[in-house]
Amino acid sequence: MQTTGQRIGLTAFLIGFALFIATLPLSRYVLTDKVLSQTINKEQLAAVRMATASMQGKVYGSSVGFVGDFRAAIARLNEGYKQRNETSRFIHDYAFPVTKAASTGFFSDNSQLFFWLILLLCVGGALLYILPAQRALPGIKNNGIYQDPATNRGWIGVVVCGFLIGFYVLLYFFPEYMTNWVLLFDPLSQLLNGGPASQWFVYGTLYTLVILVMGVRMMVKYRHSRYQQLRTLSVMFFQVVFAFLIPELLAFFHQPAQDLKNMWPLDYSFYFDYRIDEKIKAGTFGIFLLVWGTALWMLGVPILTYFYGKRWYCSWVCGCGGLAETLGDPYRQLSDKRLVVWKLERIMVHSVLVFAVVMTALVLYTYWSGQPSLFGFLDSYGIRSVYGSAIGAIFAGVLGTGFYPVFGSRVWCRFGCPLAAYLGLVQRFKSRFRITTNGGQCISCGNCSTYCEMGIDVRWYAQRGQDIVRSSCVGCGICSAVCPRGVLNLETDSVTTRNTNPGPILLGNNSFRIQP
Amino acid sequence: MKHLIIIGNGIAGITTARHVRQQDSRVGITVISAESEHFYSRTALMYIYMGHMTYAHTKPYEDGFWAKNRIDLLQGYVEQVDTSTKRIRLADGKWLDYDVLVVATGSVSTTFDWPGLTASGVQGLYGLPDLERMEQFTTGIDRAVVVGGGLIGVELAEMLRSRHIAVTMLVRDPHYWSSTLPAEEGKLIGRHLLRHGIDLRLETELKEILAWRGPAGPRSADASGRVRAVVTKAGEEIPCQFVGLGIGVTPNVAFLKNSGIELGKGVLVNEYFETNVADVYAIGDCNEFRQPIVGTDGALRKPIEQIWYTSRMHGETLARTICGSRTAYRPGVFFNSAKFFDIEYQTYGTLNAQLTDDEQTYYWEHPAGEQCLRINYRKTDQSVVGIHAFGLRLRQAVCEHWIQQRTPVENVLSQFRQADFNPEFSEFYTDQLAGHTPAGSPNRRKGWFRRLFSTTH
Repeated sequence: MQTTGQRIGLTAFLIGFALFIATLPLSRYVLTDKVLSQTINKEQLAAVRMATASMQGKVYGSSVGFVGDFRAAIARLNEGYKQRNETSRFIHDYAFPVTKAASTGFFSDNSQLFFWLILLLCVGGALLYILPAQRALPGIKNNGIYQDPATNRGWIGVVVCGFLIGFYVLLYFFPEYMTNWVLLFDPLSQLLNGGPASQWFVYGTLYTLVILVMGVRMMVKYRHSRYQQLRTLSVMFFQVVFAFLIPELLAFFHQPAQDLKNMWPLDYSFYFDYRIDEKIKAGTFGIFLLVWGTALWMLGVPILTYFYGKRWYCSWVCGCGGLAETLGDPYRQLSDKRLVVWKLERIMVHSVLVFAVVMTALVLYTYWSGQPSLFGFLDSYGIRSVYGSAIGAIFAGVLGTGFYPVFGSRVWCRFGCPLAAYLGLVQRFKSRFRITTNGGQCISCGNCSTYCEMGIDVRWYAQRGQDIVRSSCVGCGICSAVCPRGVLNLETDSVTTRNTNPGPILLGNNSFRIQP
Repeated sequence: MKHLIIIGNGIAGITTARHVRQQDSRVGITVISAESEHFYSRTALMYIYMGHMTYAHTKPYEDGFWAKNRIDLLQGYVEQVDTSTKRIRLADGKWLDYDVLVVATGSVSTTFDWPGLTASGVQGLYGLPDLERMEQFTTGIDRAVVVGGGLIGVELAEMLRSRHIAVTMLVRDPHYWSSTLPAEEGKLIGRHLLRHGIDLRLETELKEILAWRGPAGPRSADASGRVRAVVTKAGEEIPCQFVGLGIGVTPNVAFLKNSGIELGKGVLVNEYFETNVADVYAIGDCNEFRQPIVGTDGALRKPIEQIWYTSRMHGETLARTICGSRTAYRPGVFFNSAKFFDIEYQTYGTLNAQLTDDEQTYYWEHPAGEQCLRINYRKTDQSVVGIHAFGLRLRQAVCEHWIQQRTPVENVLSQFRQADFNPEFSEFYTDQLAGHTPAGSPNRRKGWFRRLFSTTH
């Protein structure tokens, strides 16, 4: 039952959230000479100024009209270049920085007021809502999850899903319409990396905030379990320090910005030409980053996964995992456990891994040889851009996170992450990790399977007395936590002791004994 | 044998069906149930009510599993068994022939002849219909009474509390579940119930259930005979809108009364689960052994043992007999488990509520009072007879081994970390047992680096 404090918190959060959304159409847009000289390349400035002369001084009530007119003007300009065969003078898309700079009016004059107000209402409200749960006795409290429209694919879930999808579509494909959100974060960005905010800075900051706030929720919910507490602290730490602060500070010191815990093939552009060149240009430190990033997947993955299972990365370190384990926790039960989905999962995730390897190989081939394509048809530029939008943006972002409230929290990790597939292969075939089942103690209740975010039918193994050795298991430990009978435990031991072939009967029955 | 009919699709019946199919690919198998189309986990009923899961989650096998394994499922109620012609009659009048019949019909909730028992809003908790009724009876109410201090009683209390319904729990004995638990453990659970807001009434018995009667009742909507209060033997009237009965279960065998199959409290069987009629077997909650069963650790088992694990072992064993190798039921070291709100419970071997004359006991309780461990052992050779733990997870294989091998208590305590099944990073309680072990014993956990390479737990 909600306390008054919780109701106040929820209300504050919803007001803050509504305000955040309401800021989007709150600006007016005026294209001035100052805007253009701030944003456009010097060589192209004169041409753009000419082309957009009709827009100058005109006040636009919405970004849609502004972006439309601006794009049309640039398109006419490029059309002219095309007819005169001056394709080298083509002007790329300036819509995002120009729209951001052209923003005027009450909102952009007072964006910091909005920023702090929204932050206070959302974070403060969320904490007010979350913290009173401390007063309940520690223990698994999943009461009402399947009776609540927020967590049982009900209307609240659908609304949240709609928002998340909208957010990702905006972020990846139409950032010029979310410039007001970017304006909110400009001062913070200046402070951290010395430059103005991009849509990616907004995303990174929100991502980190969400992991922190929902991490607190996780810490409260599982305060009886030290494994869950340490694991949650770990993902919070790696997000704040490794994914957020270090790359921003590197940028501040004009070094190549890199998330030191992210690695290829999840970081699929790690071996792209511009990122290699950037590192080589940065000298010793850049070379270190290149070697570090390569050593992570070449040595780190096999060695650490051998000792601990893929959990060392997926549920303790990874940013995608961090979001799934915090924001995604209320939705973990929605993953599909059917056998056919497991089959689909194996086909898909391993296909993406092959895709990532082939794409990277082609990119490196192009990098060394200077040839854009292999055998005349494998065009590395085309393939990398397909990977970037289909896998990087649509799969990982729109589908992976957008559908949290419908398909559960690990859609990307389960069906799409090439690194998870690679870690999984090591875990499945050469790792000390397994989830052990405690003799014949399983009562087949189904809590473990229900709350497995990776859609593993844990009960299938537990009720056979079989150890769970599955490539997809991220070792979050929730199956063990929700088990009402102490049947499941995450353990490491020599690889050969993994009991994957149990006898026909379980421990406790001595009527007959057949060796497996 | 051409056709095996199993009455009851609980864990006993379904285990039999699965194991028979594993050993014999040709025999026809039909499983009949009146309760549900598919096998579901009865132990998970409470979690459906509490919203942890839906009914679909409690089904351990996907619906296609049964057709794939050619196990026919039939929904219907068996009204009559005709052993002379080897056939059964369903409530819809249909007759089915069998070659082998397995009765695995489970239990029904026990009741006494309390006045007012038939009031609406008074029920036990055993199956899906009970769950539906409970859902209906408890919607919008704020006060309930649970009768009985056992496993079902505490489940009912937890279910009701999950919906913020005030619960008064009537327990006949001086502490919770005193038929099974020694006083310390009973009190530990009692404290935990109080912390969860249960109004726990010890040494209190139900005398009568009061219901609203027609227009005399102050609320006309309750003219249907809804429960309004219970009266204790001490004469106290406790108002409530729901009464949950958790005083135990009784074998569900009434439909066999005129079948010629011999009944006691349950269907009487020998150690092969054979009834007095050829080709008719009974397993699970509904059977009763004529001669006591002795486990391989030498411990005597109850003639009726209504436990999930026991039913499963019955099924595993009977399948062998049905498939041609007649196998006597020989359970290993007894084990059971439960959960009382947030406190998990595991028990191994024989752990009586009262020590016998030749037993001694070791008891450790965490200072916070929500975890404890008890080991009972023989005075003669100090060998362990029973272990149980509250709020701690123990490894069944290790506990079974100790009890089966009659390991001295001193060795058990000094090696206790072998039985530790708690999640990584848990508080290492076995250090606290050290006071009872010889100094310098290897009771500490190995360092993380050594554990990394070790091959034993």
